[in-house]
Amino acid sequence: MNNRSFKLVGVALVAASLAFTGCGSRTEASTGGSTGGATKVAKIGVIAPLSGDLSAMGLGIRNSVDLAIRQANDTNAIPGWKLELAAEDDQATPDVGKNAATKLASDDQVVGVVGTLNSGVAQSTIPVLDAAKIVQVSPANTNPALTRGADYLTAPKRPNANYFRTCTTDDVQGPFAAQYLLGEGIKKVATIHDKTPYGQGLVTEFAKAFKAGGGEVVDAETINPDDDNFSSVISKVQTAAPEVVYYGGVYSEAGPLSKQMKGAGLKVPLMGGDGIYDGNFIKLGGADGDLATSVGAPVETLDSAKAFLEGYQKAGFSEGYSAYGAYAYDAANAIINALKVSLASASDAKSARQGTIDAMASVSFEGATGKVAFDQYGDSVSRVLTVYAVDGGKWVAKKTGELQ
Amino acid sequence: MELFFQQLINGLSLGSLYALIAVGYTVVYGIVQLINFAHGEIFMIGAFGAYATWMVLGQPTDWSAPLSILVLLPVMIIGGIIASVTVALLTERLAYRPLRNAPRLAPLISAIGVSVFLQEFVRLFYGRIPGFPDAKSAIPFPVVHGISGEIIQLGGVTIQMSAVFTVGALVVCTVFLWFFVNRTKTGRAMVATSQDPDTARLMGINVDRVIMAAFAVGAGLAAIAGVAHGLSYGNIGFRMGFLAGLKAFTAAVLGGIGNINGAVVGGLVLGVTEAMATTFIPGQFGSSAWKDVWAFVLLILVLVFRPQGLLGAKVVDRA
Repeated sequence: MNNRSFKLVGVALVAASLAFTGCGSRTEASTGGSTGGATKVAKIGVIAPLSGDLSAMGLGIRNSVDLAIRQANDTNAIPGWKLELAAEDDQATPDVGKNAATKLASDDQVVGVVGTLNSGVAQSTIPVLDAAKIVQVSPANTNPALTRGADYLTAPKRPNANYFRTCTTDDVQGPFAAQYLLGEGIKKVATIHDKTPYGQGLVTEFAKAFKAGGGEVVDAETINPDDDNFSSVISKVQTAAPEVVYYGGVYSEAGPLSKQMKGAGLKVPLMGGDGIYDGNFIKLGGADGDLATSVGAPVETLDSAKAFLEGYQKAGFSEGYSAYGAYAYDAANAIINALKVSLASASDAKSARQGTIDAMASVSFEGATGKVAFDQYGDSVSRVLTVYAVDGGKWVAKKTGELQ
Repeated sequence: MELFFQQLINGLSLGSLYALIAVGYTVVYGIVQLINFAHGEIFMIGAFGAYATWMVLGQPTDWSAPLSILVLLPVMIIGGIIASVTVALLTERLAYRPLRNAPRLAPLISAIGVSVFLQEFVRLFYGRIPGFPDAKSAIPFPVVHGISGEIIQLGGVTIQMSAVFTVGALVVCTVFLWFFVNRTKTGRAMVATSQDPDTARLMGINVDRVIMAAFAVGAGLAAIAGVAHGLSYGNIGFRMGFLAGLKAFTAAVLGGIGNINGAVVGGLVLGVTEAMATTFIPGQFGSSAWKDVWAFVLLILVLVFRPQGLLGAKVVDRA
């Protein structure tokens, strides 16, 4: 009996929530027209994981965009217009992200979107927003194909004119890591990746740059992202006697992999990309000496980020700005800068959408992470990266530089 | 040659883990013809139960090696077994017994439901226990001094103490199972029930109790595998049972489902095949990317030529 009533309550809850979300977007859209009196409203959307494993990063993105919007309203950056935040949860899942994008696209007041965190989710949101002519600026997508197409190496071609990003891409991370290792005098490296587009991309670019610089890739292996046991791969890598193992993938496998490597007697550093640059990597087994590259410079050390950090603290958000907060702040400000041009002559928000995309190309300002401007593909012109090393159970910045 | 022995060790250790889980599939299938897809989650519950025991003990991290091996580890294993057996008996009572006479697809679907339920339950509620870590991402397994991270160097071959523990656990469990099935009343009742449940009932065997015993034995071994997993890989997570369960089920089929010895042999063969395929198949099909492909090629070949599995012919022995 208890069981059944529990089920009934569950069904009722699901039905109710569906009904509410269903009419939510519609009512917002219809009330939008009537409130547009003296000060008109334009909304900047956020699509990021606001719940689940990656929510720390997602909430940092949302808060940073919120901060940029509040500051713009306080300084009356766009005369006659008031900006509002419309944050949607994508749960780090492409399907959910697509629904979020559809919801934002159907809201006539939305003129731009900051997001997503995951490249995989971006792949499903960009086309939806492109069809509605809404600009999307990502603070965190590092997959090069998003701006330069699937053949980004041989025949780069921009797939969607509405998409820009403020972070650097994977194809820069791999070569930067190679450059760093060669600079440290390391000549023999084994590579392992997790067969995802991200991991494979990192390793391919790394290997190419490493060989071009005179290094040798002594073994190339892969693992399954779901596996827990890496011993047979490690034994094989061990016979090739590399000085460093370069891993393409994320921390959930990289941590255990590093631990099992050292346990099996392969006591060399593991190096990866921004996917392993996370405290959890150390918690799951990353050891002192392991290395990671990440995009940009450490926010705390940048003079340009001081204003952002102060503003963030003052705003009193309950969550930290996390890895991509400063990039999200810059992304939101890039949109706001474009809106200054496009909204000036616009009668309503929807008609300014195409104008905003056009104005993005000429956006150029000093942001929290450095100079913010976009090249002809929509990529950030800044190519600053940092190598971090695990030292005393913490990530410590080793070297910040620009890829040569 | 060193590499051969190294991969053999790797394979035996991985295979022992598969075998410990596979026994649970095979015992239950032998008696109720149910593929208990939630068994991988019972393995996961065992690992989390052991972790909870360690938490209750006050997170001892500085016990000496003998004390850790002789006291801490057995207590953790017992804690894990209690957790997994309790959950296994509850699922049997709530999710399978009501469907005992339903069409065979119904309990199968019920098992898949239980599997999803248990995963989500641990994911959402483990961190709600005061003082316990959030289980939404992987949790580092407690260090047992003397085993975690310790190695034995034998010539050029590195043997991890955790591998010794896993293989040793399988040996002990296999002996225990042999004794249980052949020398105890409950064990013999299990054999009788698997051969003919109706006649067994007529002979005065309480079939419900036999089925519960089968679930409990499988769950106990799965809990030991859960601890072995934690010691070997250093992490446990709510999703750890899915792939391990799938592989163990494959091992049970490979060895001949319903046959306990078959599950052990199937697990070891599968583990060793995976390890060997990583190294000894030349050319582009030989890299680690192809190890699962070769494992399943082996499974298909075995099933084509011996549909009953490696040891499946001995129907009389199945229990």
